[in-house]
Amino acid sequence: MTPVFFLLFALMAVVGATMVVLQRNPVVSALYLVLVFMSLGGFFVLLAAPFLAAVQVVVYAGAIMVLFLFVIMLLNLQKDVDDGLHHAARRLFGWLLGIVIAAQAALLLRAPWALGPRGKEPPELVHALGNTQVIGLRLFGDYLWPFEVTSLVLLVGVIGAVVLSLRRGAPAGIEDAP
Amino acid sequence: MSWLTQGDVPLEAYLVVSGILFLTGVVGVLVRRNALIIFMCIELMLNAANLAIVAFANKLHQTDGQVFVFFVMAVAAAEVGIGLALIVNVFRARQTVYVDEVNLLKG
Repeated sequence: MTPVFFLLFALMAVVGATMVVLQRNPVVSALYLVLVFMSLGGFFVLLAAPFLAAVQVVVYAGAIMVLFLFVIMLLNLQKDVDDGLHHAARRLFGWLLGIVIAAQAALLLRAPWALGPRGKEPPELVHALGNTQVIGLRLFGDYLWPFEVTSLVLLVGVIGAVVLSLRRGAPAGIEDAP
Repeated sequence: MSWLTQGDVPLEAYLVVSGILFLTGVVGVLVRRNALIIFMCIELMLNAANLAIVAFANKLHQTDGQVFVFFVMAVAAAEVGIGLALIVNVFRARQTVYVDEVNLLKG
């Protein structure tokens, strides 16, 4: 069954990603991006990472995309309009560079390569111990310091977003009074 | 292509999907003018990297990769908050989110 689901999720991801780039309407792009995020959650399940699959759906498809849709709604965006030669040249350049990078990736995959030594945590063992439990123990064990730094990153993000959304010049607290 | 019937999807298949997603993100960043779409394409690239990391972690029998992806998601969440605030600020100042119309250093 796994290959069937793999092909299904791969199709969802690739079609969704292509539509994100091709759609003129930002709202439609955002909804296709949700499709990509959901299919990635499916991949994570196939790869024996159910905790990440849940986080993917909750954080990406839930929180981040809602934020995107809020901003699209707030800015009242219209559909993208073409503006002639300048835009066409840029588009051509973008697709050409994409083809170049694709060729490089194909060359990389064709070169001989092999996986290094296997670790001590085969998926079956992790599954028996409980995936979330194992990740939690890693987070509060070996990765305690990066974990704490992540909290600092999030704090900086909160402060940055608040500072950026304050209107310049007005004292804090009264700037949005009608 | 024997894995289609054997039941075990190889690492390469995941890498190819991840590569396609990343590539689509790159092309989107280069081709589109709307700052919001460009931002979505950056998220696409982050997710492509996440997929590759989790696939490697699975095939190498490690959970470190899953922890890394967890960190990447946290950073992406912070990044989205700040980035969208920046885009809203640009829109307030210039009434547009098209990146090639925001071409003044001191608008």
